[in-house]
Amino acid sequence: MEAVVKPRTVVQFELNGRARQGYAESRTQLCDFLRHETGATGVHVGCEHGVCGACTVLVDGKAVRSCLMLAVQVQGSRVETVESLADEDLMSDLQQAFRRHHALQCGFCTAGILMSCVDYLEREPEPTETQVRDMLSGHLCRCTGYTGIVRAVLDVAHERKTQQENNNNV
Amino acid sequence: MKPAAFDYVSPTRKSDVLALLAEHGQNARIIAGGQSLMAVLNMRMTQPKLLIDINRIDELHYIEPQKRHLAVGAGVRQAELLSWPGLAEAVPLLARAMPWIGHFQTRNRGTVCGSLAHADPSAELPLCLTTLGGEVVLESKRGRRTVVAEAFFQGILTTDRRPDELLTEVRFPMSQPGVEYRFNEIAMRHGDFAIVSLAAVIGADAIRLGVGGVADRPVARNLERDQDLAGALNETAWSLDAQDDVQATAAYRRQMVRELGKRLIEEGY
Repeated sequence: MEAVVKPRTVVQFELNGRARQGYAESRTQLCDFLRHETGATGVHVGCEHGVCGACTVLVDGKAVRSCLMLAVQVQGSRVETVESLADEDLMSDLQQAFRRHHALQCGFCTAGILMSCVDYLEREPEPTETQVRDMLSGHLCRCTGYTGIVRAVLDVAHERKTQQENNNNV
Repeated sequence: MKPAAFDYVSPTRKSDVLALLAEHGQNARIIAGGQSLMAVLNMRMTQPKLLIDINRIDELHYIEPQKRHLAVGAGVRQAELLSWPGLAEAVPLLARAMPWIGHFQTRNRGTVCGSLAHADPSAELPLCLTTLGGEVVLESKRGRRTVVAEAFFQGILTTDRRPDELLTEVRFPMSQPGVEYRFNEIAMRHGDFAIVSLAAVIGADAIRLGVGGVADRPVARNLERDQDLAGALNETAWSLDAQDDVQATAAYRRQMVRELGKRLIEEGY
């Protein structure tokens, strides 16, 4: 039986493709750890009880609430935040579509929504509008009324499909 | 808010968890998916001295179809069970009800057994287990026992689990030929806590109707196929001691039991 973790422990994990480590107390939420220890301030902390979705990140490829996980739980895991999406100078197709469709205004909820979309579109590459709205029910956005977000997600799905078809035809 | 300080341990063997529970039971909490517990910890509504994380215990991670039931270990996440290819055939009620649990982001992390151990009266999984007449397996250093759903759920966030016990497995009865399984619920928004949720098991001559979100625990009633349905639903609605809260009045809840119940049984949705 391993010993009880000390008040402060070193968490080693992979953040956006790079090995990282930081100190965490047992009780430190993953969202706070990512922001304060690793500087991943794209993780936005909203409600802290799993309702608003602003802090959504990918842990081992799956979209989860980082306020409902402890930092010590990602020991050895792969974490991706919104900082992983853009290249040096080019936004991802998802981010570009959000911009095109005015899918954000204040932007507070956007990072979390983008991370949910990354996971969701992997599983469901051709979602219907109903499915997209269902996926977005896990996020609160008080600016947009969601219409632009739905359009952006559907547009990206369509774009990726067209791209794929073109690639197959070449 | 942030949780109050606690010690944290993440064993890799079930026997270690049972030893820890035997020693610290009253002051310890188990965390699996944490999709309810983390919120409760963050709000400091619970302040355990020790948090025992069971996420690294491989032996709790299984979905096993048995002859009479589907056994699901305490490590299985809701998203895993929902995407398990045999689910619609083995336990169709779960295939219908589970998309209503929270959101896909919380199902990615939340576990099946965790929702049962938490025992929120409006939660979908306790309702399904009660309606199907399934059971849970509880283990401690003292031994192992199974408890049927109706005895396990004892009130709001209250179960028959003793402080030194770990809920290790849930057993959902397998679907029966010729029986229909239906589910529907009403909430402010898809994924929110249900105001009223209903599960129905419809056989040739009997109907079992489960109601969540109204009483302090999920409740299932047997209705005769040829009896006056409206009257039976009305009796069921009044028998649940519905309460007013911020989401809905008691009268609204009773009305939903009558209306949604009728629709679910007669029209299938």
